[in-house]
Amino acid sequence: MTVTRAPAETLSVLDRPNSYIGKTVPRPNLDRLLQGRGQYVSDLELPRMAHVVFLRSPYAHARIVAIDADAARRMSGVIAVVTGRELEAVITPWVGVLSHLKGLKSAPQHAIAVDRACWQGEAVAAIVATSRAAAEDAMEHVVVDYEELAAVTDMRTALDPATPVIHASLGDNLAFERTLDAGDVDQALSDSEVVEAEFVFGRHTGVTLEPRAVVADWNAAEARLTIYQGTQAPHMVQNIAALHLRLKEAQVRVVCKDVGGSFGIKVHIYADEMATYALSKLLRRPIKFVADRVESFNTDIHARDHRCRGRIGVRSDGTITAFEIDDLTGIGPYSMYPRTSAIEANQVVNLVGGPYVTANYRARARVVFQNKNVMCQYRAVGHPIACSITEGLVDLAASKIGMDPVEIRRRNLISDDAYPCASPSGMKFEQLSHHASLAKLLQMMDYGALRAEQAALRTRNIHRGIGFASFIEVTNPSATFYGVGGAKISSQDGVAVRLDAQGSVICQTSITEQGQGSESLTAQIVGSVLGVSMERVRVILGDTDNTPYGGGTWASRGAGIGGEAALQAAKALRQNILDVAAAILQSRPAGLDIVNNRIVNADDGAPRIELNELARIVYFRPDTLPPGIQPELMATRHFVPRQYPFAFTNGVQASWLEVDTETGFVTLLKHWVVEDCGTIINPQLVDEQIRGGVVQGLGAALFEKCIYDERGQLTNANMADYLVPMSGEMPDIEIGHVVSPTQETELGAKGAGEAGTAGAAAAVANAVNDALRPFGATITEIPLTPQVILTALGRI
Amino acid sequence: MKAAAFAYARATSVMNALELLAAHGDRAKVLSGGQSLMPAMNLRLLSPDILVDVGGLAELRGIAVRGNLLVVGALTRHVDLLRSPEVALHASLLRDAVAHVAHPAIRNRGTIGGSLAHADPASELPACVVALGATIVVRGPAGERRIAATEFFKGIYETALSPDELLVAVEVPVAGRGATFFFQEYARRHGDYAVVGLAASAVVAAGRFSDLRLGFFAVGDRPLLAAAAGKLINASVTSALLAEAATALADELDPQEDQQASPAMRRHLATVLLRRCVAALLARSELEAGVTR
Amino acid sequence: MSVPVPVSLLVNGERIDAFVLPRLNLADFLRENLKLTGTHVGCEHGVCGACTVRVDGEIVRSCLMLAVQAEGASVETVEGLSDSGEIADLQAAFRERNALQCGYCTPGMLMTAQDLLKHLPAPDRQAIREHLSGNYCRCTGYQAIVDAVEATARMRAERRA
Repeated sequence: MTVTRAPAETLSVLDRPNSYIGKTVPRPNLDRLLQGRGQYVSDLELPRMAHVVFLRSPYAHARIVAIDADAARRMSGVIAVVTGRELEAVITPWVGVLSHLKGLKSAPQHAIAVDRACWQGEAVAAIVATSRAAAEDAMEHVVVDYEELAAVTDMRTALDPATPVIHASLGDNLAFERTLDAGDVDQALSDSEVVEAEFVFGRHTGVTLEPRAVVADWNAAEARLTIYQGTQAPHMVQNIAALHLRLKEAQVRVVCKDVGGSFGIKVHIYADEMATYALSKLLRRPIKFVADRVESFNTDIHARDHRCRGRIGVRSDGTITAFEIDDLTGIGPYSMYPRTSAIEANQVVNLVGGPYVTANYRARARVVFQNKNVMCQYRAVGHPIACSITEGLVDLAASKIGMDPVEIRRRNLISDDAYPCASPSGMKFEQLSHHASLAKLLQMMDYGALRAEQAALRTRNIHRGIGFASFIEVTNPSATFYGVGGAKISSQDGVAVRLDAQGSVICQTSITEQGQGSESLTAQIVGSVLGVSMERVRVILGDTDNTPYGGGTWASRGAGIGGEAALQAAKALRQNILDVAAAILQSRPAGLDIVNNRIVNADDGAPRIELNELARIVYFRPDTLPPGIQPELMATRHFVPRQYPFAFTNGVQASWLEVDTETGFVTLLKHWVVEDCGTIINPQLVDEQIRGGVVQGLGAALFEKCIYDERGQLTNANMADYLVPMSGEMPDIEIGHVVSPTQETELGAKGAGEAGTAGAAAAVANAVNDALRPFGATITEIPLTPQVILTALGRI
Repeated sequence: MKAAAFAYARATSVMNALELLAAHGDRAKVLSGGQSLMPAMNLRLLSPDILVDVGGLAELRGIAVRGNLLVVGALTRHVDLLRSPEVALHASLLRDAVAHVAHPAIRNRGTIGGSLAHADPASELPACVVALGATIVVRGPAGERRIAATEFFKGIYETALSPDELLVAVEVPVAGRGATFFFQEYARRHGDYAVVGLAASAVVAAGRFSDLRLGFFAVGDRPLLAAAAGKLINASVTSALLAEAATALADELDPQEDQQASPAMRRHLATVLLRRCVAALLARSELEAGVTR
Repeated sequence: MSVPVPVSLLVNGERIDAFVLPRLNLADFLRENLKLTGTHVGCEHGVCGACTVRVDGEIVRSCLMLAVQAEGASVETVEGLSDSGEIADLQAAFRERNALQCGYCTPGMLMTAQDLLKHLPAPDRQAIREHLSGNYCRCTGYQAIVDAVEATARMRAERRA
């Protein structure tokens, strides 16, 4: 990793001696995971725990005429078979809308389908038994009489008058539509070269290695529900579970220990999870649900199924004059709850053209219902689509006027000194660094040499391509994202820090850990600010009973928001400690500091008192403190961004690959990323977030696609047929940084979790088209399968 | 995703296994390495009443040279083929192919007998035994019979084995003078089933093929020994002749459509493989250049 | 028709005698019967590699092997390899390189990486990528894992020298 950092003007609380900020330190929680001692929900067993499996509709759309479970109920090990109608007594239905997404509509969704199943995979009955195997055995003996209904599967015809309406009460299949018209697009296009293309994105899904898992434990004697769940947002789960089970939040505790991957898949609340909570309440015992892999493919949210016509105007000098898009996406039969399924399309509208100065931008996005699995927010929501459209159009424009793809970007990217400014869609940018990032990227990849190599290889019939993608990323979302729309999803986070009786620190945070490094970054910040070594800082997260209230870890918000709360809490505790120390030492707080676990003189660093000694006095001999001193060795602070709705980050990626033009197979050779997430707390963790994110984007670019047939059947719902990226095909990824801290926080950190995914597919698509340039073929569809490439080449 | 219940019998000898198969008929499945059977059972695509586990029959495992035959026991694992000096010396095609079979943990359990009896048209070893002109040895209630590999595969997951028979060995003619092999497959990812693949066995003398056996896989319902190879045997191979052979190959293929490839793409890839194979075996890279453009 | 079958085996060196239903696979046997939850289950059809364990010294997919097939075998899991110290250096390299995020693939990755280093002590990056190509990791993008395995190979070579 290489870093270009603007010179710091003043020393902050983070620049203290022995600071962990900006340092690569190993995550404190790794040994547990390395030795097989993690505690995933899949591993959890409780006394009297039963297992639930869900009988799922084999049809994309069907009326449930009758369910006969008598034989199943009599089978060995079976505890209960519960239908949607029966479960309704315990849990209320929901509608996934947000008021700030004007016009968004959806229909009431039940934990288990009542009367009608709307996608292949929707739960129709729950079978609870003493083991998963016994429940599966019984499931084969539940007889459901279905009446198959016409399925709406093609998003392109979903709004046709001849197409059946999935939810009659809604009037049509249009869930949401947004239009935007900024500047004067028609005028701009009228005096420009105009290039147009249709961009097609395969529907894909998150494939967390640990499937969704929940154990719900209703303790009837306490009237309290404990939910053990692999979730990114425990307080959201608490709120929603309480609401629909008619409980108070205080009656619901959500515990989340180790989580086997999330990526947005586990930030939602799924119907089968709701059903599991309800079953526990109904049956008064712990119920465990772990989705198997086939269920995961059929029910984990899907994403990215978009078709978008895009147009770009360009002048011969390379000036981009306008962008125009018409985006269409099909989200399944319901808008997902509680975050809704309109966010991705909304983000596409927000983000297209985002890195560029062009003021002329027109967009329409339509979101339609269909009888397929639900789509919703998955890592980098909307970003890969917006980036692929924008960067694909920019490359097409460059090609049209015969300009190098780097040059056209240089001429149109927003200047690094133009901030603060706003995009045509109204996105506010505090400080971005497109040009510095691009310059750094070109240097890292040695662009000139790479172009020369490409040309030399072409003469030997070896076809390599270079592709670029500049991008912006939404991070640190404020209440603008969900709260203003009425969702009970917190955009603020809280951290409580306390000194224990031996001078160690216990830190409770509302952000969560699924491997990103939340625990590490919290300990790094707290340790640095307090002057306490990291091994003395223990971080507690993922428990609504034992952490402050907050949003959790999603939308690249953990470091920026939770990190700032940790910083402020640690500062407050530090002041409290220094106040006590001054009283003990008969000194002034300002004359003291905490370094390496002891109080020292601020001026000469001379040691005064160990923190463990201070703690001993406070907790066990407060009688020896001067009168009137009441030490507070615990401090809590919360933080939420207010000034900017989102802390935008930016970056640029490049891909270097080879296309076998005889077979259509693509070999990824190398990938580069330069990004700017502001203050970097732990360089290694940031880089690994980016690498992991890039590979998810590479999967989308080359491999991943949920393939539905015309009847709405998902035909590749297993890991042999749904192709995820594996180590053999992935390239090494080189990463650099430009650092533009946000001024909204003292920490200055913005998010980095989705930057890799945002631009990777766009860079690959541009590189493939660059490789295919001698053949006159252009592809604007992902995944770029051999079939797609050979077809474009006219080989087949 | 749990397998349905079944009974389990651990065979103590080949005879015992045959008795068990005779007793249970097609309600039984033979379990050797289980690397194809177990996924199907976990997914409840298959639910046999009883599994006859032959995994402990040491007599079925091992590689030996007998006369001019390399005899490979049915329980010989993929990893054994990969590491065997006999295979490297006498039938290196098998070694080359096995490197493409799934992943190390699968190759440690999967057996040659299991792979051949499973008869997945996209898998490597069936095409290899066809290309090698091997013989499949099976034992049943009536004793032993030998089936030419070219006669063994009958369709998708279908073979000449009857439910009461057990595949016990494969006999491969040892490579003679001038024998040379080519193995290549196009798979989406490392270890995936091939989109199209080719296992070829040839005898080259003085720049010409005196024999050429092209075993294509994933191009139809079973491995295909391409008749088009005949055009290249005992002939001076030119680009024009190769193009003619490619056309003949495309004509004789009847590939299936699936999520990875259309029939047209499979025909195309097969012809690419043909050219690359011939160019490699004759060490004439100019033959590789496109005849399909 | 399906009755429990006796099975005796060694698990991490410990003698285990049990009666199991034939359909119980080795992964579930380790996790549910023996509470060795370090062996993870990701796909149950042999593709993801999360359940990789060692049987008689060779790595296998424990979801594709019945517990009854392990009769007389020696099975080793990540808990065993951790406690014996056999992979302490590999684990340290993973920790230093942050070669895991959520950690769910990690036990299978460690098993597979250790297997590679046993058979090929000085693998290049491509060989590492190929050997690990049946182990799915959604978090890291693989590079850190490749780095950690490469570093371990190097350190072991230096120790041998």
